Amino acid sequence: MSSMESPWIEVCPIDSIPLRGCRVVRTRHMQIALFRTASDEVFALENRCPHKNGPLSEGIVHDRKVTCPLHNWVISLESGEATGADKGCTRSFPVRLDKGHVYLEASVATAP
Amino acid sequence: MASHAKQRLVVVGNGMAPGRALERLFETAPDAYEVTIFNAEPRVNYDRIMLSPVLSGDKSFEEIVIHGDGWYVKHGVTLYKGAKVTKIDREARTVTAEFVPSRSGQPSLQPPVTVPYDKLIVATGSNPIIIPVPGHDLPGVLSYRDLDDVEAMLLAAKSRGKAVVIGGGLLGLEAAAGLQAQGMDVTVVHLMPTLMERQLDPAAGHLLQRAIEARGIKVLTRANTKAIVGKGRVEGVDLDNGTHLPADLVVMAVGIRPNMQVAKEAGITVNRGIVVDAMMRTSDPDIFALGECAEADGQVFGLVAPLYEMANIVACQLVGDATASFKSSATATKLKVTGINLYSAGDFAEAKDREEIVLRDATRGVYRRLVLKDNRIIGAVMYGDTSDGPWFFDMLKRGTDVADMRETLIFGQNYAGGIPLDPAAAVAALPDDAEICGCNGVCKGKITGAIAGLGLKSLDEVRAHTKASASCGSCTGLVEQLLKAQLGDTYNPAAVQPMCGCTDLGHDDVRRLIVAKELRSIPQLMQELEWKTSCGCAKCRPALNYYMICSWPGEYVDDSQSRFINERVHANIQKDGTYSVVPRMWGGQTSAKELRAIADIVDKYKIPTVKVTGGQRIDMLGVAKEDLPGVWADLSAAGMVSGHAYAKGLRTVKTCVGTDWCRFGTQDSTGLGVKLEKFMWGSWTPAKVKLAVSGCPRNCAEATCKDIGVICIESGYDIHFAGAAGLEIKGTELLGHVATEEETIEAIGALTQLYREQGRYLERIYKWAKRVGLETIRQQIMEDGERRRALYDRFVFSQQFAQNDPWAERANGKDAHEFTPVADLTLREAAE
Repeated sequence: MSSMESPWIEVCPIDSIPLRGCRVVRTRHMQIALFRTASDEVFALENRCPHKNGPLSEGIVHDRKVTCPLHNWVISLESGEATGADKGCTRSFPVRLDKGHVYLEASVATAP
Repeated sequence: MASHAKQRLVVVGNGMAPGRALERLFETAPDAYEVTIFNAEPRVNYDRIMLSPVLSGDKSFEEIVIHGDGWYVKHGVTLYKGAKVTKIDREARTVTAEFVPSRSGQPSLQPPVTVPYDKLIVATGSNPIIIPVPGHDLPGVLSYRDLDDVEAMLLAAKSRGKAVVIGGGLLGLEAAAGLQAQGMDVTVVHLMPTLMERQLDPAAGHLLQRAIEARGIKVLTRANTKAIVGKGRVEGVDLDNGTHLPADLVVMAVGIRPNMQVAKEAGITVNRGIVVDAMMRTSDPDIFALGECAEADGQVFGLVAPLYEMANIVACQLVGDATASFKSSATATKLKVTGINLYSAGDFAEAKDREEIVLRDATRGVYRRLVLKDNRIIGAVMYGDTSDGPWFFDMLKRGTDVADMRETLIFGQNYAGGIPLDPAAAVAALPDDAEICGCNGVCKGKITGAIAGLGLKSLDEVRAHTKASASCGSCTGLVEQLLKAQLGDTYNPAAVQPMCGCTDLGHDDVRRLIVAKELRSIPQLMQELEWKTSCGCAKCRPALNYYMICSWPGEYVDDSQSRFINERVHANIQKDGTYSVVPRMWGGQTSAKELRAIADIVDKYKIPTVKVTGGQRIDMLGVAKEDLPGVWADLSAAGMVSGHAYAKGLRTVKTCVGTDWCRFGTQDSTGLGVKLEKFMWGSWTPAKVKLAVSGCPRNCAEATCKDIGVICIESGYDIHFAGAAGLEIKGTELLGHVATEEETIEAIGALTQLYREQGRYLERIYKWAKRVGLETIRQQIMEDGERRRALYDRFVFSQQFAQNDPWAERANGKDAHEFTPVADLTLREAAE
């Protein structure tokens, strides 16, 4: 890998993620959930609820939050933290948006 | 003593005044009388003051019921609904009632009943005045008096046509606003120069007219109706100045007249109304009269406060307490039209010995006028800001000398006597005996006492315990301020169960507003109803999506991002993120072909678990999300469709084998089950709906714990509903009996539609039925053929958009993005 190469990798056009929805990116060791909010922001979290590993990608997206489909924990898309009375945190990853395309850091592909 | 028979009390009329009298009677002497009530209307006691919100769509009939059926049962009251008293025989001490014809004009088959009395209450209310102009009896000319009138208006409003309201008084304006909210083009025709001239002075009348006109209602004053014209039904109104107003509906709201015919025929003294003394006794000492039909102190009354006072006196008399007596006093009026604040009390005519104080603020649309005599307030009119109304009214009733505060009096309580500018503090400063609720005569001390003594925390609790703000609701703000003053921050004004944290509105309000304001998308709804979050939450979005689907069938485009995952991908998510797949087996029947296809699919996709469900079908568990479209394609190829085992919608119709095989079967239960399932599959409902059809009362299909169940018997079909066998266990209630399969399907379609329209999201049928009342449901489905047919038709209409197999659609590529990752970076390292 040359040092000139961008540390960001292009993942998909933003339009391939539904508004207030989510798509999954597979990496070597996990699934990353890419969320698109009503105002076209994109956030990346590991696709596991800190509660019982529920697939957050299947939850309902509202504001900058997602509600887990298994037991209704509400997770912040910005920090991965559970909100309200629940305690727990899922991993979050930096996202870059450029000309309608979504980029993740190249290192996530092999992140453990 | 058990042998001593109770005294018999008979009540003619079931309006608010006798209802209140009985409430008071049961509070003090619950066992003193055996009570019989005759109601000419076919229903329970409801809050007539709240008919306007029902007309405008802000409330439902269920919400304005004062005494539900349970109340009559609890107090051992015999209530004859739809029974009009035609004769009082004072010699024999009996009353005779005839059952009124149904609305479709069918004469009643029930013979008249005669009931003896020891004490009789006549509360026949009043009749609307119908001006005898030509054409007043044309179809399409209505009065505005009871629920039947409101229902007829709501029906007429569906045409979105033109309405003319004759009469610009309180009732006429409320009717006009309600009809306009229902989408009609409304003109108010008023004989006098200004609106509501009995309650408002001309200045306030003009402000009111401007506000009414600003809402798009046309107002014609000094307009005299010459004739109502039309061939076969109403087509227009002719005024005597030559104007012709086209109209599809004419509402006459020009006043009321005491209904005293039956009393008069019995030889009881009548004048303008049935004459009573201060103890509410008529010329026959065993007969009381109260309410709008009674004339007390030379006057007849139409507002609720004096009528409730009459009710208290009758209740006292019935238990031998002769201390209370009737005194007519000033009353205050508020107009119940959203967005228009109007308050008037007392006498405000100009006269030589009177002075007045006027405040006008045109920009803010404020007008206040106080009429004083000898330094005492005798009249008050307020438009715009009416918050000080009760304060002025309280001083008016007490005859308070206002000489010391004259300079700032008109600015209201906040400026008088150095009281701070906080409205809560102003209410807190009121004396304990200041009246808060005029309708029910509840003073501040009673409310604060109940909040403290009974630990009340919400508006609903205060209403339940004290009746304050339980009638017209115009003092709701004051009661809330008392709650706030007493409970501080622990008072949550939204204790009316809002849908979720995104709004203060409850489910029912939101549903009605969707229809009334024609909200056709979730973003539009959130904008118009001032949602507090940018795009809702996981609680309100699925509910709103359902309400939209139900309200605008064929028009609303489903928002899949507002669906819970199971409904979005049409399979049930399991704890490990895999899915289960349940194909439909109509009525629980399957075949070798279907079973073979299922076996092949299980092998092909290595599905780990196959299980028979409680609803007579087969569940394949542990399917990976990516495999779902393939599994569905193979099921489709074998002729199978989604079983909607994941849906808030129709699930299964369980059946037994019926006359096909069973030696006890009375009807073709399997066949009926299959017909029902083919008719109803695909429908979305507030919560899941499970059916069963049993071929005989042995009930092998367990129909009596389902949401809807049918038990076949020799003579036809018993239709049951509102059962539960989950978190709660509850046997069904009988909806009714019908003779044919067609009638069964129509009744069940209508019942499902009623539930679809009234149920709150996630509320199962048994909970909905408990909330709105089994009897009102039975009445609408089994007795009111027109209503049943209309509901059934709406269900059939919405089904044409609902019956698309979601699996076949997705096997053919719909929503493909749901089932594949957007990117695969697993080989990324090797590629670089």
